[in-house]
Amino acid sequence: MTIWKRLGAAALVLGLATGGAAAADPDPKNWDAVLAEAKGETVYWHAWAGESRINDYIAWVGAEVEKRFGVKLVHAKVSDTAEVVARVLAEKTAGKTGGGSVDLVWINGENFAAMKREGLLAAAPWSSALPNYALVDTAGKPTTTSDFTVPVDGLEAPWGMAQLVFYHDTARTPDAPKSAQSLIDWAAAHPGRFTYPQPPDFTGSTFLKQMLYELVPDRAMLEKPAEETDFDAAAAPLFAYLDKLHPLMWREGRAFPENASALRTLLADGEIEIAFSFHQTEASTAIGKGELPDTVRSYVMDIGTIGNTHFVAMPFNANAKAGAMVVADFLMSPDAQIEKQKPEVWGDFTVLDVARLAAADRARLDAIDLGIATLSPAELGKVLPEPHPSWMVRLEEAWKKRYGA
Amino acid sequence: MLRLAPPLTILVLIGPVVAGLVGVALPAFGYLPVLGGESFGLAPFADLAATAGLGRSILLSLAAGLITTLAALLVVTFFIAGWLGTPVFAVLRRIVSPLLSVPHAAAAFGIAFLIAPSGWLVRLVSPELTGWRYPPDFLVVNDPMGLAMMAGLVAKEIPFLLLMALAALPQTDAARSAHVAASLGYGKTAGFLFAVFPRLYRQIRLPVFAVIAYASSVVDVALVLGPTNPPPLAVQLVRWMNDPDLAMRFRASAGALLQIAVTLSAIAVWILGERLVARLGAAAVASGRRGTADGAVRFAAAAAMSLAVAAIVLGLAGLAVWSLAGPWRFPDVLPASFTLEGWHRAAGTLADPVAATFVVGIVATLVALVLTLACLENEARTGRDGGDRSLLVLYLPLLVPQVAFLYGLQVLFFRFGLDGTLGAVVVAHLVFVLPYVFLALSDPWRAFDRRYVAVAATLGASPARAFWRVRAPMLLAAILVAAAVGFAVSVGQYLPTLLVGGGRVPTVTTEAVALAAGRDRRVIGVYAIVQMVLPFVGFWIALALPAVLYRDRSAMRAAA
Amino acid sequence: MNRMTTIATRGLVLERIRIARADRVLIELSLAVAPGEVATVMGPSGVGKSTLLAYVGGFLAPAFTGKGRVKLDGVDVTDVAPALRRIGVLFQDDLLFPHLSVAGNLLFALDPQVRGRKARRAAVDEALAGIGLDGFGERDPATLSGGQRAHVALARVLLSKPRALLLDEPFSRLDAGLRDQIRQLVFGAAREHALPVLLVTHDAADAAAAGGPVVAL
Repeated sequence: MTIWKRLGAAALVLGLATGGAAAADPDPKNWDAVLAEAKGETVYWHAWAGESRINDYIAWVGAEVEKRFGVKLVHAKVSDTAEVVARVLAEKTAGKTGGGSVDLVWINGENFAAMKREGLLAAAPWSSALPNYALVDTAGKPTTTSDFTVPVDGLEAPWGMAQLVFYHDTARTPDAPKSAQSLIDWAAAHPGRFTYPQPPDFTGSTFLKQMLYELVPDRAMLEKPAEETDFDAAAAPLFAYLDKLHPLMWREGRAFPENASALRTLLADGEIEIAFSFHQTEASTAIGKGELPDTVRSYVMDIGTIGNTHFVAMPFNANAKAGAMVVADFLMSPDAQIEKQKPEVWGDFTVLDVARLAAADRARLDAIDLGIATLSPAELGKVLPEPHPSWMVRLEEAWKKRYGA
Repeated sequence: MLRLAPPLTILVLIGPVVAGLVGVALPAFGYLPVLGGESFGLAPFADLAATAGLGRSILLSLAAGLITTLAALLVVTFFIAGWLGTPVFAVLRRIVSPLLSVPHAAAAFGIAFLIAPSGWLVRLVSPELTGWRYPPDFLVVNDPMGLAMMAGLVAKEIPFLLLMALAALPQTDAARSAHVAASLGYGKTAGFLFAVFPRLYRQIRLPVFAVIAYASSVVDVALVLGPTNPPPLAVQLVRWMNDPDLAMRFRASAGALLQIAVTLSAIAVWILGERLVARLGAAAVASGRRGTADGAVRFAAAAAMSLAVAAIVLGLAGLAVWSLAGPWRFPDVLPASFTLEGWHRAAGTLADPVAATFVVGIVATLVALVLTLACLENEARTGRDGGDRSLLVLYLPLLVPQVAFLYGLQVLFFRFGLDGTLGAVVVAHLVFVLPYVFLALSDPWRAFDRRYVAVAATLGASPARAFWRVRAPMLLAAILVAAAVGFAVSVGQYLPTLLVGGGRVPTVTTEAVALAAGRDRRVIGVYAIVQMVLPFVGFWIALALPAVLYRDRSAMRAAA
Repeated sequence: MNRMTTIATRGLVLERIRIARADRVLIELSLAVAPGEVATVMGPSGVGKSTLLAYVGGFLAPAFTGKGRVKLDGVDVTDVAPALRRIGVLFQDDLLFPHLSVAGNLLFALDPQVRGRKARRAAVDEALAGIGLDGFGERDPATLSGGQRAHVALARVLLSKPRALLLDEPFSRLDAGLRDQIRQLVFGAAREHALPVLLVTHDAADAAAAGGPVVAL
């Protein structure tokens, strides 16, 4: 027993003391060498696994990269990406500078900011040196280079575009509210039929930010770190609004659904009448599966909705860096991006510049039927950029302080 | 060799717990240099104390630990008291036994679907009786008081306590005591409570403490049924441990120590309660009241027991239906159509987790079995059984909240490059599998007629030959049942697999909880059913194998 | 005097046996049993008669402590493992191994020096024939009558080629009619094999039938 105690303590102390350089990283500029090194490697991709259609898509990617590049892909299913951040940190704590358990992680926003800040990411710039990165629409989709205002700096490869989209059953709820004021009026008329996922769930926090956009005294404040502005003043109207909204909500705001999927299930069960998601094709896909009636339609707020890009990143101690690069590059390839945009597959929008695609690829992309309840790019309207990640952190803290007890 | 078994077993049980506790204690006092914590201090505790809603989280954990245990124990006690030896008892006992191996998460999902406003119960009576075309806005699941969570825990702990009590009953001479009490004019319930319960309770005291520890630090059931805002302390802890803000690690570690304190406090309060009850009980016995009019009490006990059983069984049935459901809208009682699509989709992704579950479960069980048999055989040869202290060591991993030490254990495995390996996961599972295997096997082993071994020895058999050819084969049924119990425990492990396996050793249970985030009831249904079937396979083998092997040996079949 | 020397070299000799549980002395006894002779230790139940046999056989439960020497044909076997003492024992119950067939029980006891499947099988068949149970080899012991099981138990212990026999009230569970028959069979076998026999019982009829020295506890 005492031996174990000593071992435990020694493990911690030693783990913290050891550092040391990892082996030289593969260089994406020499792509053939990367491909050669990647062959036969096993890539552990830690990715949120709460949606079976996304899991199915990742399984498809695994089959493709095995076939095309001889890379074996393992989907390490994650229920919260923060767990992966914690894991990589724990590895760093334990002095594990190579042979880490995570090769690739699906990430953005707060988690990316944390990993970047703590030096948990592989040396940059690798993502912008990948061959298919040339097709990414960095000009038309600025969120591919600025993740929640944090510069990407070649530390993560863009993978998909997301935008907050609301949906409702037109047969039951003909007129959906499209502004903060009309939402609270609607809730007063339909008590108990609206809710949002509990922050710090990603979609729930995004709802707070969406409302903040409408209620903040000056939108320019959101681009700067929250610490550099008067957060309390900026957020005061939002919390006054929530104070009024909560008693009108589902379970009078005393309980909240866990995430966007739970929100969709509540709508499917008829417990609530309005739901929202970061997947533009969420409603169409659910209709296709028979989960939602085909009278459900999507809409966005009058001022537009928040949109962002999601990425894949590589930890500093990844075990199969070449393989991870090959997978990341394949994810940005037209084949993978087109497959992903099909609503029956996933319905996640491409990060690529359609104009730069080969004619055949463009035709394939155009041929995709996005589904009865999916908005066209024109209908999606204005994309509101994500505020600096610090806003999310501060909003979540303030929310918890106010409603968490 | 055999003499090494007891110390080795103690090491397997205590080593990881102690190592893990050291691993959280250091950061709890501010020491985690990689995050800038270089000196010891109380800052993490100050930070912890300032957490909004902390007091409520603590209260929830305390209440869950005490109320759940009290309710489950009352139901079990009064049910045994009122119905032991009756046909009702036999029937319910047969239904309850398999429920023990249903993983907590699966049971919780089933119950959630049953009692939610859009759940089966409301659907059964809507809209015909209620007029509800849409689910009513009632706060049933995830209620802030944690009532749904406690109800779910009670339902799941009742089978555990009942089986523990039944295992202990033979040592209490219950039947004859009951006859004596009855002949003195006592009612069935009163007779049991006065004459048998004090002895029975002494036997199941540690299992009761394990229930308190479990319920006061539960994560998976709380995630499904518990309050969210604030959640019980253990859920809060897991959130902090996984928070992208890495400075939260300090708070999480301090919280882990707080969790231990909360669990210990719950047990302390319980012990005070024990004294009070003992005093009241003594007074009641001295009063000489016979309590013959116990019809209502007996009825209530049977009703409560049936309710708990029905909640789990119906919930699981609901999940089974969901796994086959096409479109299924409120208020339809059954889906509009049935489809195998959910199973088809899962079939491909299930293979790896099922294989990993089997490998980890079987290896952990085998190691536990070898250690247990070695300890018991050593005990039989030397006559030293370690007494009460050894029982406490066995229960230690079940009494220390999992969340509190697994996190620290993670670091240890990293240090040796063992994280994410099957071996590491097996070691982590072993901590929880070993106690159950030992508890399941030690009673039949110790009850074995020593004279058979004496006969074997006098016929010229060495101790090893006597073990392999006589004792082990004669106790085959008990060994297999213990193995099935161990395998079932392994299948149900969530946190140890997740933390030590690092996502590289996905088992059915970690996959189920990961997928549960999607709230797709079809997927949850499929995984819950698979999660449930695996332990059943183990128990089925445990019952079928001796029956086949000893099909021509009637005395062996009677023993099994 | 002369006779004592003979006994000291042949047969079973117990020298100053003293068995205690914790600090309570249960048995103190010295005894010599000649080959073919049946010595009886009489006493009511609970005085520790069985522990005496356990000590002599080498399987005393760890809770007890025993002192004194056990000599067999002049050799001190006190510290010899029970498996090597070659002192057979019959208990009150037949204790046939329920997971083995009748033949399996006998094969278990048969000296490993008898090699080869055929030879071992033949030895077992012969033993079965000797007790009138021809062709019972594959039977489940649980399907045998009480008398048959007693026969098999005796055959089993004899197959292990013991140099002495311990009997722990082996007849008390048998029907009155059967009891006498089995008693004669066992004592006869002991005489035939010139085995010193130590019998513990509370039944005076056993002692009378044994005909040897009787020690009352």
